[in-house]
Amino acid sequence: MSSTKYILGLFDDPDNLMHGIDKLQKNSVPIYDVYTPMPIHGIEAKLGIKDSRLGYAAFMFGCLGGTVIFSLVYYFLVHDWPMNIGGKPHFAVPDFIPVTFEWTVLFTAFGMTFTFFYATHLFPGRAPRVMDLRATDDRFVIAIDAKGNTPHEDITNLLKEAGAVEIKHNDRKYVSYE
Amino acid sequence: MASHNESIIREPLITGNDITYAKITNDVLSPVENMPNKAWWIGFTVASLGALLWVVAVSYTFWFGIGSWGLNKTVGWAWDITGFVWWVGIGHAGTLISAVLLLFRQNWRNSINRSAEAMTIFAVICAATYVVSHMGRPWMAVYTLPLPNQYGSVWVNFNSPLVWDVFAISTYFSVSLVFWYTGLLPDIAAIRDRATGLRRRIYSICSFGWTGSVKTWQRFETVSIILAGVATPLVLSVHTIVSMDFATSLEPGWHTTIFPPYFVAGAIFSGFAMVQTLLLVTRKVLGLENYITMFHIESMNKIILLTGSVVGVAYLTEFFIAYYSGGEYEQYTFLNRFIGPYWWAGCMMYGCNILMTQLMWFKRVRTNIAMAWVLSIIVNIGMWFERFVIIVTSLHRDYIPSSWAMFYPTWVDVSVFIGSIGVFFTLFLLFIRVLPSIAMAEVKLLVKGSSEQAKKKLIAEGHLDPEQVEFYKESLNKFDSVDIAEYENA
Repeated sequence: MSSTKYILGLFDDPDNLMHGIDKLQKNSVPIYDVYTPMPIHGIEAKLGIKDSRLGYAAFMFGCLGGTVIFSLVYYFLVHDWPMNIGGKPHFAVPDFIPVTFEWTVLFTAFGMTFTFFYATHLFPGRAPRVMDLRATDDRFVIAIDAKGNTPHEDITNLLKEAGAVEIKHNDRKYVSYE
Repeated sequence: MASHNESIIREPLITGNDITYAKITNDVLSPVENMPNKAWWIGFTVASLGALLWVVAVSYTFWFGIGSWGLNKTVGWAWDITGFVWWVGIGHAGTLISAVLLLFRQNWRNSINRSAEAMTIFAVICAATYVVSHMGRPWMAVYTLPLPNQYGSVWVNFNSPLVWDVFAISTYFSVSLVFWYTGLLPDIAAIRDRATGLRRRIYSICSFGWTGSVKTWQRFETVSIILAGVATPLVLSVHTIVSMDFATSLEPGWHTTIFPPYFVAGAIFSGFAMVQTLLLVTRKVLGLENYITMFHIESMNKIILLTGSVVGVAYLTEFFIAYYSGGEYEQYTFLNRFIGPYWWAGCMMYGCNILMTQLMWFKRVRTNIAMAWVLSIIVNIGMWFERFVIIVTSLHRDYIPSSWAMFYPTWVDVSVFIGSIGVFFTLFLLFIRVLPSIAMAEVKLLVKGSSEQAKKKLIAEGHLDPEQVEFYKESLNKFDSVDIAEYENA
């Protein structure tokens, strides 16, 4: 029984990386995850990652923000303390538009971004779960769970054929812990 | 796809022959990972002294009150609001570059958006300092917010543009901050993964645990595009509302419907000028000529020319409408800009903003770094005077001649303004020391398609229309970071 936990294929070119993903998938090797220093379009389709629903969240937060501030302003200026300004109507909707707009944007931006942080487990101080330190620099990394995926040599060869510049057999899942 | 070949007639966005992903990381992070050079220390010392002046001047204001400024009964708004509008306007270019150009898929934004957006945040901070300092009693700032209080509660007046402004500026600042910081996460993670010890720990906390996995990147891009989508109308609304501070009054020279678009164009104009001022120095001092190329400089100059001309048309419209309206107060206000005691301010405004920017029609001017830098400073000066003319020149002589007065700034007025420039540069210089001044992840996207070396490879492979290749080679002449001799026999 080998002690390898994860096999990492390190590529120096995103096109080779895509090639590597195809090769592994053709040989029915499940891919744990892919780490890249920049967004590479097309990987998410190959790995079967569904479209983001953050847009819906953004829309809902926007509606909430607009409703909250409009209701508040209504309460302030019409219900709680109506002011007589030259006999003009208290419920002066055009004057409510600027702040309603601002809070729609405010809630959209904050609501969506915090949903994004929550859904992808990003928060200040979270221990980075990094498999290879160069994945944020110049390496495009395919990670394969070594458990159950044997023989490891075959996977190594597949990655090599696809153009991986380095293949690592890591005994630890994450290298970022001290 | 990453391997997409871009048309040869497009100018390269990254120059240099040996650009690799690793080199981009090294180049961009070198000021972050190494001790600063002499130029940085000199700049930082001068800027900190400026910031110190700001502290002194604002403390003096708080101690002795607003009476220490040159305001009087007639001119109740002057340097403070001039500085406020100037700074808010400058901030607009950052959002324009990071949001609007993202929506339009302008890839040249990738190498300038980070520092432009940092500039936005620092400029809005400077603007906010004016809002607080002009209150005289800054602890009263809470009364701009609709908070329950012991007077009833008496609420803020939501019919007033000043209250809209509180909402607009605070939303603008916080949304810009979120947009900027989210974009920074991958790059902070890159610093973290190269650092050791305490630095690593600090950047680790700031990186939120970013790893660059597929799902995170996909969500990240969704967030970026939606934030850009909401930031675009936001940035337009902010200066629209700032202009309504004036336009909803009955003051001749202020009470015009053209103000919102006119202010927004002016804001983009002055903002791009400030981006140009900063980036021309930054690229030289940090050695980023390969990433912020002549194409970027020329593109920004074109935007300065365009928005400067829009502002010019707005000026002409104002004059025409003043004449055509038949309103004698309106007409006098505009004549007074030239024949009144502040004629020199009017000349600075029209001369710097309209006449000088028209030089940008010449390609030799647009692609000349020294000229571009001087012109960007001239635009900044001109736009400061624009606000001064609109505010002070309109106020000092309006309806009743017996109330006419002059405004003379005191040393406190001048110091608050110069000090705020110091605050701005202190923040900016700290930023380029601790955070990557170029969005590395986004620039890396350009290496395979839009870089000079990728295009050189395409030429070497043949299969291209020779006429287009010739066109491309000619466009490279203006680049200061391209050795044109390499193309002689290619």
